[in-house]
Amino acid sequence: MAAVLETQGLCAFYGATQVLHGVDLAVEAGGITALLGANGAGKTTLLRALSAMVRREGLIRFEGNALKAREAEDVARLGIAHVPDGRGTFLDLTVEQNLHLGAYTRRDRSAVASELERAFAYFPRLKERRSQQAGTLSGGEQQMLAISRALMLGPKLLMLDEPSFGLAPLVVKDIFNILRAINEEEGVSMLIVEQNANLALNLAGYAYLLETGSVVISGPSSAVRADESVRRVYLGY
Amino acid sequence: MIGLTHQILSGLAIGSIYACVALAVVMIYQATHLVNFAQGEMAMFSTYIAWALIQAGAPYWAAFFLTLVFSFAMGMAIERWLIRRFERAPVLAVVIVFIGMLVIINSLAGFLFSYTIKSFESPFPEKFALGNGFMSPHELGSIGVTFAVLGLVYAFFRFTPLGLAMRAAAQNPVSARLVGIRVGHMLAIGWGLAAAIGAVAGMMAAPIVYLDPNMMGGILLYGFAAALLGGIDNPWGAALGGFIVGVLENIAGAYLVGEEIKLSVALAIIVGVLVAKPSGLFGRVLVTRV
Repeated sequence: MAAVLETQGLCAFYGATQVLHGVDLAVEAGGITALLGANGAGKTTLLRALSAMVRREGLIRFEGNALKAREAEDVARLGIAHVPDGRGTFLDLTVEQNLHLGAYTRRDRSAVASELERAFAYFPRLKERRSQQAGTLSGGEQQMLAISRALMLGPKLLMLDEPSFGLAPLVVKDIFNILRAINEEEGVSMLIVEQNANLALNLAGYAYLLETGSVVISGPSSAVRADESVRRVYLGY
Repeated sequence: MIGLTHQILSGLAIGSIYACVALAVVMIYQATHLVNFAQGEMAMFSTYIAWALIQAGAPYWAAFFLTLVFSFAMGMAIERWLIRRFERAPVLAVVIVFIGMLVIINSLAGFLFSYTIKSFESPFPEKFALGNGFMSPHELGSIGVTFAVLGLVYAFFRFTPLGLAMRAAAQNPVSARLVGIRVGHMLAIGWGLAAAIGAVAGMMAAPIVYLDPNMMGGILLYGFAAALLGGIDNPWGAALGGFIVGVLENIAGAYLVGEEIKLSVALAIIVGVLVAKPSGLFGRVLVTRV
């Protein structure tokens, strides 16, 4: 498997508390990789460590080179888009301003304009609401906005923190279908954190299961799904 | 009646200066949730720079714009080299830093330029072609300059990518960094802008209150009152608050309490607003889930 991003022995800390204990992970280039686990397993922290938002140790390789960026803004500038937990919406700005901020680091205006049209093509609802304040959007629309904002960066890797969080099942289904379409049509590699293991395993080609800061099971989604303990604990049948 | 009209108009003029101070205070408050007590002293120091430039022979408007550039750089430097070190410090520590800055800048100005009161020229002609007798040319000019400042600030935040990025950084710093905005730079630029806006207030105030190291004390108090009245999280409300406070101060000084204790009017406004409407006339009520 060709990896767009790899970690070796990744550790992460909040102050003196160590949350990740030597995680080895690979995100397939052009594929979707899922990160599963219960509350507090370290999934969100892993994304934060990749984005240099928390103190970290260990090796991270992005597109074959060691990721040296020390600040979150530098990681974004390398083409790693991160949709944080809580969606990171700029609530007082309009939908369109939110999207333009996603392309803040890009100077090519015509590319940004076509990126905007592309986002509106995937999420027509956002086009209808383009001049509305983002804080007035529904949860599902805000998630669509967060994904679109990340796409505006023209990312090589898209990291999503629980895109299904707090949304109605039908909305989740819509959003996951669009994520699949984006992955297939644009070839954007994705790393998706999910609590809903069933949902994530349907979408992803590879999956990792985190427990208290370490990877306990990893492999192709079909293999992870077939694992007896995953089935019982995380899929519930 | 003519007297009252005169008081209102000249209140609007002095209010325009409070509006600029309030705008500067709010700009830093929005980005950092801190009130910069040294804002007035920074403005005073900038005004001395303008004075020195004029003494050295620079034409007024050249000195004016050079001072804005100097103030912008001073504001940025203070943020980058001093305030940033207290990023994770408790609020009280930062308050002490601000008060320390207030004292240091005040003494530095006294040391460099002496405590002797100096006159500061107004850029506006003595006799105005359209002079209506109610307002002096300088009063009318101050209002005009303030509206120019407000217009430029509005256009900057509304129409430029940098202005948008600064708003994003103030609203949601974490998310701003994730789209690649250098939040630290945005803070420094915010401090620079606030210092430059404060400098405008200083240069407009100096012809009225004269130039000395303590010139901004009362004005800063009125600026705080204005910001609280209008809403400390709403720059336009704060600017409007400046005009309201200016008019109230003048009317109260002329008809209610007299000149001697009219500075207490600012305090009365601050207390009154905090009791009756803590978020200000145009501020947002913050609701936090507990």
